[in-house]
Amino acid sequence: MAKEQFETPKFRDIPIVPAIDPGAMAHSKPFIAKPEHQEPLGFPGELVENWKEKAIDKMGELLGKYRSLQVFLDACVKCGACTDKCHYYIGTADPKNMPVARQDLLRKVYRRYFTLPGKYFPKLVGAVDLTEEVLEDWYRYYHQCSECRRCSVYCPYGIDTAEITMAGREILDHVGIGQKYSNEIIAKVHKIGNNLGLPEPALADTLEGLEEEVKEDTDVDVKYPLDQEGAEVLLVTPSADFFAEPHVDGLIGYGKVFHQAGISWTLSSYASEAANFGIFIGNYENMQKVAMRIRQAALDLGVKRIVVGECGHAWRVAYSFWNTLIGPFDFLDPNYPVPQHICEFTYDLLQKGALRLDKEANDDKVVTFHDSCNVSRASRMGPMPGGQFIIPREVIKAACNRYVDMAPETIHENTFCCGGGGGLLTDDLMELRVKGALPRMEALKQVIDEDGVTHMAAICAICKSQFTKVLPYYGMGMDMIVSLHQLVGEAVVLGAEH
Amino acid sequence: MSVLSVIYALIFYAATLIMVAGLAVKIWQYARTPAPLKIPTTPAPTTAAGVGARMFREVVFFESLFKGSKWSWLFGWLFHFGLLVVLVRHLRYFTEPLWWISALVQDIGVYMGFAMLLGLAGLLVRRSVVDRLRYISAPSDYLMLGLLIAIGGSGLLMKYVTRTDIVAVKAFFLGLMRFDWQPLPTDAMLLIHLTLVAALMIIFPFSKLLHAPGLFFSPTRNQADDPREHRHVAPWAAKLDATRAPGN
Repeated sequence: MAKEQFETPKFRDIPIVPAIDPGAMAHSKPFIAKPEHQEPLGFPGELVENWKEKAIDKMGELLGKYRSLQVFLDACVKCGACTDKCHYYIGTADPKNMPVARQDLLRKVYRRYFTLPGKYFPKLVGAVDLTEEVLEDWYRYYHQCSECRRCSVYCPYGIDTAEITMAGREILDHVGIGQKYSNEIIAKVHKIGNNLGLPEPALADTLEGLEEEVKEDTDVDVKYPLDQEGAEVLLVTPSADFFAEPHVDGLIGYGKVFHQAGISWTLSSYASEAANFGIFIGNYENMQKVAMRIRQAALDLGVKRIVVGECGHAWRVAYSFWNTLIGPFDFLDPNYPVPQHICEFTYDLLQKGALRLDKEANDDKVVTFHDSCNVSRASRMGPMPGGQFIIPREVIKAACNRYVDMAPETIHENTFCCGGGGGLLTDDLMELRVKGALPRMEALKQVIDEDGVTHMAAICAICKSQFTKVLPYYGMGMDMIVSLHQLVGEAVVLGAEH
Repeated sequence: MSVLSVIYALIFYAATLIMVAGLAVKIWQYARTPAPLKIPTTPAPTTAAGVGARMFREVVFFESLFKGSKWSWLFGWLFHFGLLVVLVRHLRYFTEPLWWISALVQDIGVYMGFAMLLGLAGLLVRRSVVDRLRYISAPSDYLMLGLLIAIGGSGLLMKYVTRTDIVAVKAFFLGLMRFDWQPLPTDAMLLIHLTLVAALMIIFPFSKLLHAPGLFFSPTRNQADDPREHRHVAPWAAKLDATRAPGN
């Protein structure tokens, strides 16, 4: 790809909300899916002839299937509380990236075809016909939303733009214009079982390599088992953990934790992916089909528990949706939550004293933590609301002596998306990704300057990949981003008593 | 009985019918549309009682809006709370003997009328001045504020400038409720006030005023955070379960 034709946004001295710049990102759109990416998902290969009629029909169908969509399209009063909350608006100043304006792209059409005032007084209520231009705007701006739900925190009616974006993408897919990145990946999972398209032999080879590497480093035989029937735990983790940096260091960490806890575990080559891009395109059937592989693998391998590795949207699907999509889990051990997050798993071991960590192993680092959006605003860890903020931090603090939080308005449920979530982690959206990262980069820069932070830990494969790519744009090192279980892995005292 | 009285009687019957029936249809629609997935915005309460408390804070204190925008919250809350007290005060036109709660707010209610107008004015200024709000506003958004300001303004004008025979107004509305029609005074300000109120009632179920019932049906606010403990399946999704891949 040619050198990008855009400027990295400058850090703002005081984070002032930018003035609107209409059309600033009108040129941004991801590659359109080809027929071979569309058809395996049950979508038409290219734009259908009667797309307008089909789009309106689909909208009507979704309005009847999703209360969220029906209520959210009706309830907005345009109070403006969300207008300055989206990282993509902050980074691009394009007014269509304000959450309410993004919703309005769909709402204007909803009003025109589904409400009385929109039918008879369209201009008065801002209703518009579904035209080619509107369809194009949907494609552009529903691929400038990472479905991070930050806007929903501040909306007086809890309107969640992610639900609108999902509906928008679902309609687009059904008229034949899907997004290549997400749909190609989902097709790969249906066929092979993971986003990267890694077949069983490649996985086995990689895991063997990891075992050798850890043996070399620590002189301990830590196993990374694959398809081991009768194991206690099935670990389902994003496939990026098998290859990408710094993800793989997290996988090494999980293995050390299992080894030291003395709990047998296994990965599955059939369900070798925790990520579930079905959520990104808002398609229930594809999301269920992707998730079903995990139920199947758990049954086939006869495990008693399922633990999920570090991945944000995967944890949302697992925690919030699995029971609905692929439950009930009456064949698993009822003494443990299903599913369990790897951070919950490690935290429990620490509480029980079953794991010893040597914090000094991480004394070369001052660590901060990036709350991933789907973990923060769409799921939980532990028994208490907000446990998703406490547990990862407690695990980090058990592994490191020096920990600092970023500014309060940028963490916990206020956290800013990394800029690459929701199916946007693709090179054809690089400008959007860099600009969308601005608020997080500013908060990180602040703790680097004020507290000497050297590393930012994350528990999401997308966050890790995104930061690796965008940190250099903002003058920071790509190796600043680490897996949370990388910190744990460094600190685990191996070979001690169980 | 003047023609005018008959016309207003019919207008208010029609407005009431449209508002009640329209809202009933929308509420029925919200209630029967399933929420197939658990999507509370977290951290969320884990119990039904907790959800009740969250909803109470949203409805009474506008908790999320407070987090989102202090100005919108201040003006919005002033308006809504003012309107509530003013409405309770207006019960005196519909209840005989007067309900105690309405008697209680007769004095403070007038000041709340001013608070309501202040809130509306603040919202209008914000909508007209902030570029982001101008961008998202349709003509109907300004008109709605204008309508509410005109209703509040005409009401206060009747209180302080062009007074009307409120005993007769009460007789008119009690008469409507008892199907024993009484004449309505013909002061211009009263007729303006009543026309605008009827208009507001008529557009209620077709406009963004649906945020009132909508809030109670918002899945991000009314769901408990308990997906691991309780399996949640919508009827249309349950049908898919029967056909999902092996291993059921």
